[in-house]
Amino acid sequence: MALRAGTVSVWAGAVSAALVLALTLGTLGAVVWRAEGFGGLGPRDWGYVRFTVWQALASAAISVALAIPVARALARRQFWGRSALITVLGAPFILPTIVAILGLLAVFGRTGIVSEVLNWAGLEPVSIYGIHGILLAHVFFNLPFATRLVLQGWLSIPSERFRLAASLGFSASDVSRVLERPMLRDVVPGVFLVIFLICTTSFAVALALGGGPRATTVELAIYQAFRFDFDLSKAALLGLVQVMICVVAGALVFKVRLPSTSGVGLDRVARRWEAQGLGLRIQDSVCIALAALFLLGPLSMIVIEGIGGLFSLPISVLEAAWNSVWVTVVSTVLCMALALSMALAVSRLSAGAGALVEGIGFLTIATSPLVMGTGLFVMIFPFADPTALSLPVTAVVNAAMALPFALRALVPAVRDLQAGYGKLSASLGLSGFAWLRWVAVPRLRRPLGFGAGLAAALSMGDLGVIALFSNPEVETLPLALFRLMGAYRLDQAASAALVLVALSLMAFWVCDRGGRVNVDG
Amino acid sequence: MLTVEDMHVDLGDFAMSGSFEVPSGARLAVMGPSGAGKSTLLNVVAGFQDAQGRLLWSGREIGSLPPAERPVSMVFQDNNLFPHLTAFQNVGLGLSPKLKLSKVDRARVMDALARVGLDGLESRKPAALSGGQQSRVALARMLLRDKPLLLLDEPFAALGPAMRVEMLGLVKDLVTETGATLLMVTHDPDDAALIADQCILVAEGRVEPPVDMQTFLADPPKAMRAYLGT
Amino acid sequence: MNHLTLAAGLFLGAGSALAETPVLTVYAPDYFGSEWGPGPAIETAFEAECVCDLQFLTGDVMPRLLLEGARTKADAVIGLNTDVTKQARETGLFAPHGQDTGDLTMPIEWTDDVFLPFNWGYTAFVYDNTKITNPPASFEALLNSDEDWKIVIQDPRSSISGLALMLWVKSIYGDEAEAAWEKLALKILTMTAGWSESYGMFTDGEADMVLSYTTSPAYHLIAEDDDTKSAAIFEEGHYFMAELVGKIAGTDQPELADQFMDFILSEAFQSIIPEGNWSYPAKLDASKLPEKFALLGEPETAIFYSEDEAAALRDPALEEWLSALGR
Repeated sequence: MALRAGTVSVWAGAVSAALVLALTLGTLGAVVWRAEGFGGLGPRDWGYVRFTVWQALASAAISVALAIPVARALARRQFWGRSALITVLGAPFILPTIVAILGLLAVFGRTGIVSEVLNWAGLEPVSIYGIHGILLAHVFFNLPFATRLVLQGWLSIPSERFRLAASLGFSASDVSRVLERPMLRDVVPGVFLVIFLICTTSFAVALALGGGPRATTVELAIYQAFRFDFDLSKAALLGLVQVMICVVAGALVFKVRLPSTSGVGLDRVARRWEAQGLGLRIQDSVCIALAALFLLGPLSMIVIEGIGGLFSLPISVLEAAWNSVWVTVVSTVLCMALALSMALAVSRLSAGAGALVEGIGFLTIATSPLVMGTGLFVMIFPFADPTALSLPVTAVVNAAMALPFALRALVPAVRDLQAGYGKLSASLGLSGFAWLRWVAVPRLRRPLGFGAGLAAALSMGDLGVIALFSNPEVETLPLALFRLMGAYRLDQAASAALVLVALSLMAFWVCDRGGRVNVDG
Repeated sequence: MLTVEDMHVDLGDFAMSGSFEVPSGARLAVMGPSGAGKSTLLNVVAGFQDAQGRLLWSGREIGSLPPAERPVSMVFQDNNLFPHLTAFQNVGLGLSPKLKLSKVDRARVMDALARVGLDGLESRKPAALSGGQQSRVALARMLLRDKPLLLLDEPFAALGPAMRVEMLGLVKDLVTETGATLLMVTHDPDDAALIADQCILVAEGRVEPPVDMQTFLADPPKAMRAYLGT
Repeated sequence: MNHLTLAAGLFLGAGSALAETPVLTVYAPDYFGSEWGPGPAIETAFEAECVCDLQFLTGDVMPRLLLEGARTKADAVIGLNTDVTKQARETGLFAPHGQDTGDLTMPIEWTDDVFLPFNWGYTAFVYDNTKITNPPASFEALLNSDEDWKIVIQDPRSSISGLALMLWVKSIYGDEAEAAWEKLALKILTMTAGWSESYGMFTDGEADMVLSYTTSPAYHLIAEDDDTKSAAIFEEGHYFMAELVGKIAGTDQPELADQFMDFILSEAFQSIIPEGNWSYPAKLDASKLPEKFALLGEPETAIFYSEDEAAALRDPALEEWLSALGR
């Protein structure tokens, strides 16, 4: 007497997982095969590894530590523009690196606003170049994302508990101890892990702001090995090291529940009777204001610098934007298909097998895009013309890169769906496409929307694996931006950057909002 | 006739076993102390819980069939309706999981809704219906599926006493009309007496064969006494 | 019947005409794909001369060639840099260019018969002449200056111009290179992965000087009518860099490839370079350069390493650089 497992969803998930494996470990293997083995790593290279891990740990720690008070403030307060601010919290994460760097410099650089203010106040200007610059940039990218994740944790505490706390006369510190800290213990390690992994593959930021060769990450070493030394074996080994960092970090926090990014209920504000005092209000307001300034400062600089030349952009940039939109649509659909099939499989499989599938989905965070591109080139070249495949390959790679975030949004939601409505669906014989259409997709609209939004925004701004696959006929917007900069046309580049940021944010907002509108129960 | 042969369920720190027969058209209450496994028993019959042993309906093995293919219709404690679908669609799912309904099907859905007293409410979503109305939608769907064995797992627990009596009356009518066999989990002996003529006791890891309801309530077994307070 | 034959004839005729347009595939660096680079003009000019379709395949040229090996689709390769020719030569994929390099307009003599230069330039530090009114006249002056200038450079491990700077310092200071770097380090604001980010930081005013080329001010002079950018000219001389073309030995279009190589040194091609690529053409009379090119500073000495020297010096110079800067 058995409950037949949903074998179709398991198979679909397995196929998706296999595709992801091919794109990550498979491409690494292709590079190793081409290189005829792994090279060796010198003491300098190990120094790079140590630095990479160290700065990722520090960036993650600072991001999370700062995210907590900001998230607490956002959870407790209702104010005009709160919803917009929460949406904008998604922005820095999806900015193309080069745009973000120039924006940060416009605020924190030598001739940036902060320095001007300090000068005017008669104080010494602060240099952004150095290890602290790298940390600043990483925090800029990741603090908003971390805040959003931690905020979700806060909103998952049932409002009934706060009512109970109020009726028992809890003060703010009692609430913190009894209600909030257990939640944080649950949520924070997962957030830390995600941010840590993101920071390990940092490249341009570390170099531009790090001020010197001490700030060399594994990714830069891979870049050098590929493009300058053409030492494939060394690049492969470094790529493997990067993956190992991901695996080890993941294993260390294996027991930890990873944070859900479904975006559920972010608009709710629970009434908090213990937090009405003036002191706490001021504290929260300051946190929110500082966070908003920190985020919006560089973003506004990007807008200011770019808006002037917006209407004199050449047609080719608009064409590139159109190409980017197309690639993004394809890549987003593919990403969500992969994520949904894998999430469904995870919910049907046993805990161990499910964790394995989820783990595979995470591999792409730690995979070097260079390794992936080269491996794909090696795999494709004997059979087809890589140039002709450049857009499809870009779409596929972008989909894989965004997959971990989409998965993080879907897996907990699918689990909840099965727990809530699994038996009902089974008893009605609702399965396969009918189930997807009538139950899964409607009930999963919020996490699907959020995941699609992230995937779309990340894909829009990504150069992808252009280096080996670029097609001169068809260029994407990030590539057009890059070419403008290379041709000395920096004003136009600033405008193109603004278009890119606007498109990315719009893509995110459209998908996210579409997932949140009129959702029932 | 439902035959359960040498059923054994092992859930780690909980185990349950038993054998019994339920004649066609019988109305059975499943009773027992909390945590004894009443819901588990229903889940086994419906196909949501693996178990050893054999399960037969009219001599045919149904133990290896998926839930939708068993001659069983089940109403749960909650989550009986999809909140994003209207009452009409929720009932329609009982006829076609793809919600591809012919004109005849549509008429049948409307009839079922009318039978349970929900005329005119077919385009409302569950959030716009009261608890009692939501239960009726579930019953309408059950009516349409027309399966010979009905399993109810405390479906009216969240309703007030008067509403509960009304719903039980409705269930009794529907079961009489269709001639279906009924297994209902309940913890209230009055509800049981209202609707069932036999009773299955689940206690201390054992499922006892059906016993006449009046006999059961007049002289409950020891395991039930503490629970009933007699 | 007649109509059909006519139609068939036309169709076949048209088909065969299409089939006859041969394709010359040239691997090129990314800037050839940009509409503001020299690519489009070169393509138009060459296609007017040959009866062919010139296609640039842009991307990372060397890695791609090395990955493809003998099965490469390329007929020719353009955009190789003088400091990496050794690696290119060792692939054994290139055939002699067959051009006469006796009368090139370059400051050094070119004797290589496999790689043909098509443009060249000098690395130099570019600055804003309204902010810096006393630019250093020599590398030594720059290193020892008391001024609080902040320079942004590129990382030699990821950028060709960064590599050029490293070799430049090495050539001037030889064994003292590490000490020179330590002095320069005091003025270095930061280093970027590529030239674009550096130049962006310079034009934003973030850095006072940027490692670029003596021809960078030409863009500002000609395209923006802006004369505030100048290149500092050092008396020790500047590092010379050239970009090269090579013919693939295994090409399936040998005549076309030869025609392309001939085209490189022709005036049609060379006159595109100054404003297409903002560098000096390899063979174009000075009188034919744009007027404002005359306003550019020109060093007296061109420093240049042969490919063997460059290859041999690269790793030791990198070690010195890392030691000096990685305190």
